[in-house]
Amino acid sequence: MAAKVKIRGKLSGGIAKIKLLIPHPMATGTQRDADGNLIPAKYIETVTLYKNDKEVLTANWGASVSKDPYLAFQINNCVAGDVIKVTWVDNLGDTGGGDIALK
Amino acid sequence: MELNRRQWLRGIFALCGAAMLPSRLFAATPAAFKATDAKAVFQDLFGDLPIEESDAVNLRTPDIAENGAVVPVSVSTDIAGVESISLIVDENPNPLSASFNLTPDAVPDISFRVKMGKSSTVRAMVKTSDKVYMATREVKVTIGGCGG
Repeated sequence: MAAKVKIRGKLSGGIAKIKLLIPHPMATGTQRDADGNLIPAKYIETVTLYKNDKEVLTANWGASVSKDPYLAFQINNCVAGDVIKVTWVDNLGDTGGGDIALK
Repeated sequence: MELNRRQWLRGIFALCGAAMLPSRLFAATPAAFKATDAKAVFQDLFGDLPIEESDAVNLRTPDIAENGAVVPVSVSTDIAGVESISLIVDENPNPLSASFNLTPDAVPDISFRVKMGKSSTVRAMVKTSDKVYMATREVKVTIGGCGG
């Protein structure tokens, strides 16, 4: 079970400013561990952001996004009570996500 | 020989991209993420759309990144009708780092962090229905972020 996505949301003038931190190794497949063995590639390929279950933003990522990815974005036409949800899928099929209700 | 091999690979990538197009019009094709030079990424992501350098695309990065494993990047723009925002790091083994597909509800203002193997040109590509707007910056990397 993957660690939960940390989400912060701030609503101002109808625009929600969202910040995410996703705990994930984002291994490129070219890095080596302390014993010199290649660490297999494991990175998030797709992150999908929803507002009240409607898709607003999709991120396709390569392995060159940094470890424990940070993502900040903004969504128009939001009101208090709107639920922002995030889901991710990595190249090995593991998934995770989280959500937040705007205040 | 080297050139021939490269052209051949590019051809294969282009073919893969074309084959995926109908079902994945709005998604970056996996081929684009596997492409090994910026030109191949352009072809896969944008096809024949004209690409134009534009001051309307605001790309923010540090001038010097001390740690290539974590380079903060922000892309924003006032251009209307943005369909996608992509980030390309020319010198990375796979230059395409991220591609964001936006709906009208998403503000074209995105920040995240990328790994950079070495100093490189970084490109922000903002795609609309009929044109691609580009901003570039040179980022110096003191310690590479791709391990090895």
